[in-house]
Amino acid sequence: MAEIMYWEALRRAHDEEMTRDPLVICMGEDIGVAGGTYKATNGLFDKYGPERVIDTPISEGGYTGIGIGASFIGVRPIIEIMSVNFAWLAMDQIFNTAAKVRYMSGGQLEAPIVVRSPGGTAHQLGAQHSARMEKVFMGVAGLRVVTPSNPRQAYGLLKSAVRCNDPVFINEHELMYNMKGEVPDEEYFMPLEGSEVAREGSDVTLFGYNISVHWCLAAAETLASKHGINAEVIDLYSLSPLDREGIKASVSKTHRAIIVEEAEPAVGVGSEVMAIINEECFFELDAPPVRVSAENVPIPYNHKLEKMAIPTAQHVVDAALKQLGLS
Amino acid sequence: MKPADKKRVLKEMLFARRFEERCYEAYVERKIGGFLHLYSGEEACAYGVLEAAKPGHDYVMTSYRDHIHAIKSGVSPKAVMAELFAKETGCCKGLGGSMHIFGTEQRFMGGYALVGGPFPLAAGIAKGIKLKGGDEICICFLGDASNNQGVFHESLNMAKVWDLPVLYVCENNLYGIGTRIERSTAVVDQYKRVGAYDIPSAQVDGQDIDTVYDAAKIAVDHVRSGKGPYFLELMTYRYRGHSMSDSNAYRTKEEEQLWNERDPLNILRDRLVAAGEMTVDEYKQWDTEIIAEIEDDIIKFAEESPEPSAELLDKYVLAENDPWVRGGAK
Repeated sequence: MAEIMYWEALRRAHDEEMTRDPLVICMGEDIGVAGGTYKATNGLFDKYGPERVIDTPISEGGYTGIGIGASFIGVRPIIEIMSVNFAWLAMDQIFNTAAKVRYMSGGQLEAPIVVRSPGGTAHQLGAQHSARMEKVFMGVAGLRVVTPSNPRQAYGLLKSAVRCNDPVFINEHELMYNMKGEVPDEEYFMPLEGSEVAREGSDVTLFGYNISVHWCLAAAETLASKHGINAEVIDLYSLSPLDREGIKASVSKTHRAIIVEEAEPAVGVGSEVMAIINEECFFELDAPPVRVSAENVPIPYNHKLEKMAIPTAQHVVDAALKQLGLS
Repeated sequence: MKPADKKRVLKEMLFARRFEERCYEAYVERKIGGFLHLYSGEEACAYGVLEAAKPGHDYVMTSYRDHIHAIKSGVSPKAVMAELFAKETGCCKGLGGSMHIFGTEQRFMGGYALVGGPFPLAAGIAKGIKLKGGDEICICFLGDASNNQGVFHESLNMAKVWDLPVLYVCENNLYGIGTRIERSTAVVDQYKRVGAYDIPSAQVDGQDIDTVYDAAKIAVDHVRSGKGPYFLELMTYRYRGHSMSDSNAYRTKEEEQLWNERDPLNILRDRLVAAGEMTVDEYKQWDTEIIAEIEDDIIKFAEESPEPSAELLDKYVLAENDPWVRGGAK
């Protein structure tokens, strides 16, 4: 099993799927000749040519719609939106067409597209380049939303998403493309539904997804080494649908839940996981569930204020100690 | 078009007119729900263009004013009416409605309810055609007001940059819902706007089907020959309001009268009668037969069809038993 970077894992998935099926294409801004802002399509333009590795103009709504239209007749587009902030411009096509066309056509048409896009706060990118939009995508019926937290997931989820007949939104992160991790040498497909136990534990469950999984893991180490608390970390890599059974199983074991999200708290992953806990296993709880979320503000430019706006592993530690009555 | 074809198309257009008028009645009777946008007055556009193309082979899509484009593409009028009546025998099993008519077997790729939404979808189908190597083209019918959406410009730009086999047909009926084109649009002649993208275009009378057909032939040939996109503007008029909830108060009686005098059915009928190809009595006979067919066959079918079963409520949200949801076929 080789250790590769997140962007290399994505690139490998693109390459394998494009070799397998001539109708798999990729499109987006600067993905071809320039090799992709985060290198996820690096070298593919030379290998597959401009008809299949398509440099688009800066027209997110237009090229996303073009990808959707092509998917109607058997093409499998992987659409890269350079930053999730720009995905707002493609929402009409994703929500009104891709997510609904099978339904409103009575099962006649489907839109098997993959839209990949990085969100999250990075390095002082300011309010309009720091959105966390997963909550927006996960609220729409007909659309799958996954969010890989490591290179193995990035590879395996893209492989499955390309072949799935549903539209899939893959929520990536600006800061994670150079993260290293082990990816199987053989072909590997990850289920598009479910969750993973990133760390087994018994005292409290820390729910994370994408970058917040790493905050949870760091917090779990601190809780174990400094406080003797054995936290479980659940990686909610599928945000739509959320893994009700996985959430229930972990909370039934630890009886405590903390949901850690980089996004603002309102109408988000945390509130949705809390609702699922209420519906599935309320009487298993020993304490009220807690969210660790971003501040409800646009992301500021100033670095100190930017860091204040989003959670850290220490916030997770503090929340766990408080929930356990130890602070 | 040969005289025999003109007669056939006139009869088809008469059917379209009566079909839409019967929809109007069914809406008033509350048999049809939701929004209903009727095509009466604009028939020569769809019929003229699609006569010049290959319905069933070429891909066709349009907006929410879609019943007649679907029927001309080959979708069964019974299945369209049953869809409007929200029945399980409808072309979309009662899940779509008037604004979402689909018939993918006939390559009618849908009616879409967001103004301008189909611009990129049609370019995308054209991109797919190019990748797969077929000689089909994609024909996208939209109204003039949709040209004020951003995706109009984005789609035309990409269609030209990538030389996509897409024909955009602009049915310019002069109004965007209730706002007249001069009050909403800086350049009133829509064909001029595509010059910005170096796309060939034409503007012709959309009420005279012979004119439409001749212009469409040039447009279709251009696109099919691999020369890239084309934009055809057809000047037309809808007799009804934008939708059934539209009081139509923004237009004058004088204007309506002017356009009534240029009725696309009458223009073709009078021409065929003058040429001795048919008589007025023959036309009246058709009319009687068509009205009876719509009532006894199509409406009856829609009325008597069952409502969708409850299991359809969530059947088509996500793909059924897709193996990749579980990480592959194991």
